[in-house]
Amino acid sequence: MSQTELSHSRGITAARGNTDGHVSILALTFHRAALWLQSPRPYLMFIGFSLFLGFWYLAVEVWKLPRFAEMPGLTTVVSEWLSKNPTYGLSIFMEEYYLHIWVSTRRIAIAFFLATAIGVPLGLFLGWSKRFKQYVFPVFELLRPVPPLAWVPLAIVMFAGSETPVIFLTFLASFYATALNTMLGVESIDVSYIRAASCLGAKRWQVFRHIIVPGALPFIFTGLQISVGVAWFSLVAGEMVSGQYGLGYVINTSYTMVRYPTIIIGMVTLGIVGYVTSAAIRMLGDYMMQWRTRELALGEER
Amino acid sequence: MTTQPAYTRSSAAVAGIAAPVCKGGVRIMDVVKRYGTQDAGVLAVDHCTFDVPAGEITVVVGPSGCGKTTLLNAIAGFHSLTSGSIYLDNEMLCGPGRLKAEPGPDRIVVFQNGALFPWKTNIENVAFGPIMQGYMTRRDAFEKARDMMADAGLRGIENNYPGEISSGVRRRVEIVRALMTDPKILLLDEPYRALDSLTKSVMHEALLETFYKNRVTIFFITHDLEEAIFLGHRVVIMTTRPCKPKKILDIDIPHPRDYNVLTTKRFREFMDETAAAVHEEATKAFAAGEKER
Repeated sequence: MSQTELSHSRGITAARGNTDGHVSILALTFHRAALWLQSPRPYLMFIGFSLFLGFWYLAVEVWKLPRFAEMPGLTTVVSEWLSKNPTYGLSIFMEEYYLHIWVSTRRIAIAFFLATAIGVPLGLFLGWSKRFKQYVFPVFELLRPVPPLAWVPLAIVMFAGSETPVIFLTFLASFYATALNTMLGVESIDVSYIRAASCLGAKRWQVFRHIIVPGALPFIFTGLQISVGVAWFSLVAGEMVSGQYGLGYVINTSYTMVRYPTIIIGMVTLGIVGYVTSAAIRMLGDYMMQWRTRELALGEER
Repeated sequence: MTTQPAYTRSSAAVAGIAAPVCKGGVRIMDVVKRYGTQDAGVLAVDHCTFDVPAGEITVVVGPSGCGKTTLLNAIAGFHSLTSGSIYLDNEMLCGPGRLKAEPGPDRIVVFQNGALFPWKTNIENVAFGPIMQGYMTRRDAFEKARDMMADAGLRGIENNYPGEISSGVRRRVEIVRALMTDPKILLLDEPYRALDSLTKSVMHEALLETFYKNRVTIFFITHDLEEAIFLGHRVVIMTTRPCKPKKILDIDIPHPRDYNVLTTKRFREFMDETAAAVHEEATKAFAAGEKER
């Protein structure tokens, strides 16, 4: 074992918490952060960002390339974003900025919660019962390709107010991703596990609880990652159509009112908040699937 | 190791250990299994009849894809028969009127690729059976699991996940899990197939040791002739598909055995006696273009 491998396995052992053998999530996070800093990855990432931002700066503000000249420059956006007294009314010092973030996040949270609460059980039953799948899946597959935007008129007709239609649109794409991945997760389970459990005397519902649900969990979490991503897609689409707050609304109104730097602020904020929600789900997944986290950690080690 | 009296069927006990009442004798009678229809189907098992004596190790050897696993699946209750019957300790598992046996804790399968649940720790895996069947509390089951793992030399990995231990150790944990529910018979489906030959020989001795301790009937499937003769009281050589017994041998090498057996004259004699038969079937299987299953 080389020095780094040794320190790695020690880190994993240290990250393993108390006697019940569960990895303390905090220790694991620290361990990973330390490893990350030792690797070339953060520095490459820094270079990547520099190149991207550098190109933006040069293209718009220095070279003034055709078509780029109309765009807000890097310095304009950053100074607007960090300004205590922004020209177009939106910066990190304005209360309104956080209100928009909060409204969008709240919509995502509700839609994502509903999509998970309905999508996961539906997916589990679709994968578990052939008969149930034969009833439900054709309908599901026919509705799934319909893009959330095509639902906009119907959503406005079906739901009262401006809030529920947006949440419904956000929910839709999320729900499909979650349900479909959960179903695939159940179908991916090696039949040996189910047979082994029934050999050992597990009843049907015990097999469901102890084999099907945990066995599908890796796919479920893949589904949830996709789900939260597409939730942001359709949220912004929904907010552009209706609503008075939210990041999609900010981008849309800034366009009509020619506040170009604010558009970029809205976009960057979406990127950051979207990444955070995604990361939060990944962490929850790692926590709930310690067996997998450890297997993968060992895989890195080898 | 002291010299042992020659092994005979009537004295199934190892010297010094009183023979417990052995359970788990399986009688396979005229079993036929056809996949698909009468005309277009594949005949996997063809009028197969033999006994798996209680308290002994019976090893079934045959080319890959010959239908050995089909037979095991029928005993375990994963597949139905087309005709024939299978008895366990004189009780019908499956036969006319009930072509598929009910899977149950009296017949535990150890799978080819291993089936420890990766999302449960090793001890949770071992304690799974009694907890599911509800005849033990979680606490008692864990206690028994810990003892049995310690007995099998598997201390210190209780709270690890199966993904964190080597595949050889995983197999041993799986066998302990199987023994937890006190089964009548263990059904092992090429459990050591994926292991390298050095690990394999360690596993064989560990399996024999477990067997001497527990005297559980073992039905073992393999395509490795050496493994079969080393482990088995009885070796059943199968024909290639459709599978039926080609040759049944009682291996009179005394138990307990260890790896020294491999170099004895008697062992070589059994190898010589059977190698031709196995090779002949393997050639037929190859000619028929049977795929690995």
